[in-house]
Amino acid sequence: MAMQPAEMTITQPRRARKPWTWERVYPILTLLPSIIAIAVFVYGFIVWTGVVSFTKWNTLVPDLSWNGFANYRAIFQDFRFQSDLRNLLFFTVLFVLVSMIIGLFLAVLVDQKIRLEGLFRSLFIFPMAIAFIVTGVVWQWLLNPSTGVNLILKALGLTHLPKWYVDITIVPSIPWGHIKFGLPLALLAVIIAAVWQMSGFAMALYLSGLRAIPDDLKEAAAVDGANAWTTFWRVILPQLNAVTVTVVIMLIHISMKTFDLIYAMTGPGAAFVTDMPSMDMFQTTFQGNHYAQGAAISIIMLLLLAIFIVPYLTYSLRGEKP
Amino acid sequence: MKMRRVLAASSVVAVALAVTACGSASSNNTSSNASGNTANRASNDGAKEVEIFSWWTGAGESDGLKALIKLFKKDYPGYTVINSAVAGGAGSNAKAVLANRMQNNNPPDTFQVHVGQELLSWVDAGKMEPLDSLYQQEGWNSKFPKQLIDMVSHDGHKYAVPVDVHRGNVLWYNKKIFDEYHLTPPKTWNDVIQDAKVLKQHNITPLALGDKDQWETTMLWEDILLGQLGAQDYDKLWKGQISFDDPRVKQSLQTLKDLMSDVNSDHAAKVWQDASQMVAKGTAAMNVMGDWAKGYFTSDLHLKPNVDFGWTTTPGTEHDFMVIVDCFGLPKGVKHPEGTKDWLKVLGSVQGQDAFNPLKGSIPARIDADKSKYDVYSQQAMTDFKKDQLTPSLAHGAAASPGFLDAANKAINQFVNTGDIDTCIQQLQSAFQQNPPV
Repeated sequence: MAMQPAEMTITQPRRARKPWTWERVYPILTLLPSIIAIAVFVYGFIVWTGVVSFTKWNTLVPDLSWNGFANYRAIFQDFRFQSDLRNLLFFTVLFVLVSMIIGLFLAVLVDQKIRLEGLFRSLFIFPMAIAFIVTGVVWQWLLNPSTGVNLILKALGLTHLPKWYVDITIVPSIPWGHIKFGLPLALLAVIIAAVWQMSGFAMALYLSGLRAIPDDLKEAAAVDGANAWTTFWRVILPQLNAVTVTVVIMLIHISMKTFDLIYAMTGPGAAFVTDMPSMDMFQTTFQGNHYAQGAAISIIMLLLLAIFIVPYLTYSLRGEKP
Repeated sequence: MKMRRVLAASSVVAVALAVTACGSASSNNTSSNASGNTANRASNDGAKEVEIFSWWTGAGESDGLKALIKLFKKDYPGYTVINSAVAGGAGSNAKAVLANRMQNNNPPDTFQVHVGQELLSWVDAGKMEPLDSLYQQEGWNSKFPKQLIDMVSHDGHKYAVPVDVHRGNVLWYNKKIFDEYHLTPPKTWNDVIQDAKVLKQHNITPLALGDKDQWETTMLWEDILLGQLGAQDYDKLWKGQISFDDPRVKQSLQTLKDLMSDVNSDHAAKVWQDASQMVAKGTAAMNVMGDWAKGYFTSDLHLKPNVDFGWTTTPGTEHDFMVIVDCFGLPKGVKHPEGTKDWLKVLGSVQGQDAFNPLKGSIPARIDADKSKYDVYSQQAMTDFKKDQLTPSLAHGAAASPGFLDAANKAINQFVNTGDIDTCIQQLQSAFQQNPPV
């Protein structure tokens, strides 16, 4: 529906002459079922969630009377939700950054015209084929402080073993609202698992970006006397900007919605050091029956995502126009 | 060419129709039978069905459910039983599915729910039918303890049939460790703390805890609280007649705080089974858990009661029985109310309770069941169940509303890591005001 004005301006000059032919009706008819379904089941329910977040529906009995911003105030004053926002910030930044760097590094390695390239490519991308819930279960055991990796570290003679995801230390621990602001060390364990899963994906995108760079560019750089490092830094990397934007956006939206990994691996954690808004939303809504507060958390998540996705969509849609 | 267009157009129309038909069917519940839902029509035309909703998917409990269904089919032939058990999350997944179905006016014919506030929140929402005549007809009024009947009653009407009883205030200990270091089962929390000093010297974790799922610490706290307040005042607290800033409530949090230094440091990475396992293996000496831990000790870990592991009530609660009870009721607007009632009759019978409970490892809610069918732990629990004060569990939904429980889990999780008693009391107080009991 929102497409109509744009369509009109483009087709206006010829519109009067063009009748409603089959060629024009057919695409509309084809798209109609999906448009209706998406309008109702995606956008309709987003609107409904928004409505619920302003109501007093906080028990099993639906109560749709107006509650203003009370639910939003309640969640923002909540120790748990404040922890969620902190965790989300640190998780997203570190997860995206590390996945990107490792992804790019692997892509450059695989791109060196090595033997068994297909094997390495598959090997690196393989974790992505596993569901987050499985990754969570596996890493829960690997990084369990009393088994897994710590047994190896112990055998190597280490005495101060890391506590991984049960470590409630927060660095640098600055008082902020009801919580301490800083990086919860427990999150590092979750970040390791998430990076393990998604850096292969970043590699795949970077690899396709690298393959799209014409050889002439590299040859020209060589002729101009650039060494390998300068070529990479000055010629190849700038060519990968578009890929980087895509990688960042894709990873950010995965990290913002993280639920299954946390659910399987750590749960909300001691003092909520590994909690995420999605986990909070699930328990608030379905265990506490606070439907309106749960809806408010969902809307905040949507807004946070929109901050990143909307500029990206505007940017890429503008790019597609002739 | 033309043929292809016609085909394409008709398929588009068909899809569009299907989508809009789905929309109208779900928006108009009353016509769903008329619009060709064959499953519903068949069931209304005489085929007898009953849909049973539960989270009984674990080893012993699913066997128990099967035994119940078998007995039901024998006593009431001709029924088709739909077993809608939802696995995962100790019932939390099932509760989410149930809430969805209830709100869409598509209730299962009967569903598993804990007695107390968890059941009563459905009653208060106007979703349950009273079962007074069924109680009368089956003579149940004298067969269940009065305190338990009170937990399924609202405004003088009874709304559900209790099936199985678990005890929440049990302290389990490794008998070999206790013998080796000449320890006796603790009578007070101070005893626990004194014993802990001995145990720590020998590199044994005094008290095992696994609170990855959060409710485990809430459960430990409610047992301390019960010991501190006594059964009567514990009840009054949940009725709002005693305030949360009562010094004894504060003292209970202080005790919890003191105990946390005797708990394994990786408790947040463990679930209750892991904690039980620590006691079984002898890396920890004690653990507070509901008596489903007994089933885990004997069936899963093959330990012998009174040889490998021992038990006692948690300190200060020797005459109290913290009950965790599953019950089933009759939701309003179900498709097969007769089937539900017949099912409930089997659930409430001696045969039904004795078929289910030995397999699940729980004890019957009826006081006249056949003791010889139960193991040594359960026989003792059955004796206590008849004479002790029954108290509702907070961690398992009986004492307070689901909304309060969610907030309490949150406050306790925060508390054991910050140790701030006043903040915790304040959070509990305001959560109780916002989520009053039914």
